[in-house]
Amino acid sequence: MAPITERRGAPGQSQFTSVLTTALLTVFLIYSLLPVFYLVVSSTKDNTDLFSSFGLWFASFSLTENLRDTFTRDGGVFWNWLWNTAYYSVCSAVGAAFISTIAGYAFAKYRFPGRIPVFAVILGSIMVPQTALVIPTYLLLSKIGLIDTPLAVILPSLVSPFGVYLMRVYAEQSIPDDLLNAARVDGAGELRIFWSVALRVLMPGFVTVLLLSFVATWNNYFLPLVVVSTPELYPLSVGLVSWNQLATAGGGAQPLFPLVITGALVSVMPIMIAFLFLQRFWQGGLTFGSLKD
Amino acid sequence: MAVEQGDQAGAAAHGGKQRSRAARNRRLWRVVIPYLFLLPFLLLFLVFLVLPLAYALGISLFENRLVGGTVFVGADNYLRAVGDPDFLGGVVRMLKFGAFQVPIMLGLALLLALVLDSGVVWFRTIFRLGFFLPYAVPSVVAALVWGYLYGQDFGPFAQLAERLGLPAPNFLSDSLVLGSIANIVTWEFTGYNMIILYAALQAVPGELRDAGAVDGARGWQVAWYIKIPLILPALFLTAVFSIIGTFQLFNEAQVLQPQAPGSISESFTPNLYAYTLAFTNQQYEYSAAISFALGAVVVVCSYVFMLVSNRREEGD
Repeated sequence: MAPITERRGAPGQSQFTSVLTTALLTVFLIYSLLPVFYLVVSSTKDNTDLFSSFGLWFASFSLTENLRDTFTRDGGVFWNWLWNTAYYSVCSAVGAAFISTIAGYAFAKYRFPGRIPVFAVILGSIMVPQTALVIPTYLLLSKIGLIDTPLAVILPSLVSPFGVYLMRVYAEQSIPDDLLNAARVDGAGELRIFWSVALRVLMPGFVTVLLLSFVATWNNYFLPLVVVSTPELYPLSVGLVSWNQLATAGGGAQPLFPLVITGALVSVMPIMIAFLFLQRFWQGGLTFGSLKD
Repeated sequence: MAVEQGDQAGAAAHGGKQRSRAARNRRLWRVVIPYLFLLPFLLLFLVFLVLPLAYALGISLFENRLVGGTVFVGADNYLRAVGDPDFLGGVVRMLKFGAFQVPIMLGLALLLALVLDSGVVWFRTIFRLGFFLPYAVPSVVAALVWGYLYGQDFGPFAQLAERLGLPAPNFLSDSLVLGSIANIVTWEFTGYNMIILYAALQAVPGELRDAGAVDGARGWQVAWYIKIPLILPALFLTAVFSIIGTFQLFNEAQVLQPQAPGSISESFTPNLYAYTLAFTNQQYEYSAAISFALGAVVVVCSYVFMLVSNRREEGD
């Protein structure tokens, strides 16, 4: 039989289809990038130009002044917000990734009483909406005196049922039982097997959970809004909204809008950079549940 | 003890005993170790997931009265919630929101994923990255930026309308506000859902695609009859997560509220209502009941959705 070389219709038609589909995708690409473009353009404008010049194109260039004003306003509180966001995100991400990895590994590689029902409860809790937990968490934290501390943001962020699920499936697929048994025959203890054999194999999954938790904490708003009330402890999200509320209340009388916009741009940059460079891991985590049957 | 015996036989027995003791220790260790590995997670899970829910459930059965302090009222708060137009209004609003936003977003995501997967497109990587970019933008920043874009003072749409001599559209008016928020959510999550569907499409075996092409099926026929049925599990997953997300709407509405206090009320979404009850009205008990009721609504809705789609799949 002759090999099938032509997968689509006539070449002319295929060319036409390509033009059509590329046009469709371009329209959606413009929609996806428009707000980001607006953010970049607006961060270069001073308060006057923000109101008087056309929103989607550059006017006077005031990005340096805007950055200076953003970082010095209210005694440099923006530095606190940036630092807090990084601090909360790193602690939550490293902690959540490690805790999820050892739990997932235990579910995947050991048989013990209670394994099935406990895992079923954890899996079911993925359905519990995170935001429905925020006010109960606030009530509990204020009961035990943890409210308005960094721990109030970090500790709840360490619980990632999805991370445990992901690491369990990952461990099941990537660590052969023979590998563990061989190490046992060699006389290695269970802890050493985990540290020097399993963890190395689990690294890509670990990094995926790390990234997902990092971004979730970096972008979190509802939880820190509720559990933190001292401005010096705010993360960027809560801080920027507090400035925006002031700016909206003043109707632009206070030159705060450029600071909100510049601050927003600064807060978006690290995640965008991380996302561009670490694509492989992101997509690994996002597409995980759907690929696995 | 064994050492005291001193003779050779004793020494041999001693060695054997030690070996068996070591083996027993190791066996014991292997029984204990999975629990040790689980301990940190389970501890945090209990303290920050189970306990808050239990605590909220507990205090939702009380009421703080001006006279008499905190008194046990049983299910009163829940009965009140079921008849509370503010809470029900929020739930119905979210149902309305989900009924048009979720299909539009997933339809778009599916279309884009199919087009990217079909291969009849140039610069595929640029598109894929560009579509996914909004997911890297925090929802608060997305809401702020779209709020400015919608703005009647310095929003570019208002500026364009003015230049054309038209009245500036009020995107945050009573009639448009739900659609405007839906647009923000669609902007944030279409790319994310597209990536999930695209990955599922990439896993469709090449023989199946080719078989369709050999039979002379057109591109859209291959998509409709071969690809979409194969990625139904992924489509289903994105639908469940979108439904759960819809009921939890908070950030976008709360951020836009100062800009549109008239059309985004304090009870615009159930979460916003629970927040207002707790932090403006100090009605913690009732707020806990609302949070709990919302969680129940979400779990029931996603469960019903799963049941219905499973049945439909089985029926096929």
